[in-house]
Amino acid sequence: MIISLSKDNIQVIREQDVVLLRNRVKEVAVKIKMGLVNQTKLITAASELLRNMLRYGGGGFCLIEIVSKGRDNGVRLTFTDKGPGIPDLSLAMKDGYSTGRSLGLGLPGAKRLVNEFDLKSKVGEGTTVMILKWANG
Amino acid sequence: MSFNSHKLLQKQKKNILELWMKNQLADEGLREDLISNEDLRAQSEELISSLVNNLTSDDMEDLDGDNWNPVIEILGGIAITRARQGFSPRETGRFVFSLKDALLTVLQKEIADAKTLFEESSKISRVMDNLSIITFETFIKGREEVILRQTDEIAEISTPVIRVWDGILALPIIGTLDSSRTQIVMENLLQEIVETGSSIAILDISGVPAVDSLVAQHLIKTVSATRLMGAECIISGIRPEIAQTVVHLGIDLSNIITKASLATALAYAFKVLRLEVKRTTITKN
Repeated sequence: MIISLSKDNIQVIREQDVVLLRNRVKEVAVKIKMGLVNQTKLITAASELLRNMLRYGGGGFCLIEIVSKGRDNGVRLTFTDKGPGIPDLSLAMKDGYSTGRSLGLGLPGAKRLVNEFDLKSKVGEGTTVMILKWANG
Repeated sequence: MSFNSHKLLQKQKKNILELWMKNQLADEGLREDLISNEDLRAQSEELISSLVNNLTSDDMEDLDGDNWNPVIEILGGIAITRARQGFSPRETGRFVFSLKDALLTVLQKEIADAKTLFEESSKISRVMDNLSIITFETFIKGREEVILRQTDEIAEISTPVIRVWDGILALPIIGTLDSSRTQIVMENLLQEIVETGSSIAILDISGVPAVDSLVAQHLIKTVSATRLMGAECIISGIRPEIAQTVVHLGIDLSNIITKASLATALAYAFKVLRLEVKRTTITKN
């Protein structure tokens, strides 16, 4: 069972908030003694999802949690926006697919960088992405 | 018959100013280092005159009225200068609130009837509260302007193009690479390539905290543009954790020359330009 040890909800509306949030994620990751490589992976994944949220979802909230399962500690990030939603999830998860002339690696790349990845979206209502990275995962 | 507090206040203008000045000078938050007492007095006098003159209007409650424009203008001017001079929000707040104190003290002294006193006091309070809100809005706007200006300055100073050797340019990038930043980097780099006739440019990303797909896309664009100018672009300063992340993300940087450090990138550039660095043996005469 995964237990949440601390919660911190941050609003993201501008591009400057990406840097702020990245620093917060780093603080949390350092706190649970996550290794440098995993830290960088988590921060990069967070950065991808944040940019998506800003660009396609018109901003939203990011919940930063320290979670624990047995002996393992980890960081769980939940990104919630009230944007237009994603009509085709499997297409969005495909490498190189983008509706916005970018590399199209954000979602699939983020998934590869973390241990757990969950994408929920409803057209017209918004999108929620949850990622989890264990300190030693 | 309603009581005419504005007439009273007009008459007591001098008193109010004296009282207000006394309040301000007695306050421990007085910043004589930022503003001289004479300036403070002039500022206060200007504000009081304009405020008292506008109280003559009947629309004491309607702060959107045109009559208030001069007051708001003066107050806004004061708030913005204070923001630039580095006053704290508390000090700026005290400035307005101590005026409210002075006004209420005068009213209290002059009006005997309790009911009228209460009515007039709450009227003045409302006016002053509205003015405080305006002061804060302007103060924060002033602060934001300062921040924006600094952001521009940082963007400008943080992208230097260095001529490390004849024909070799280096561009250390520090901080996050976003769209506007990339634009500046690219412009500076391409311009410098033309001016110096360099054939090799080294982009050092040691100072970039995270390379996500957007940053990578910007890097790829910069490299392509450099190649179009006939120069070769090397990306250096790729840390081990960044390398792993880039691979996991699935970003293809294989057709770009990348090096771990600026030193190896420079060594590579020397090799391309057929230059050799040699240790000389000093011969004693």
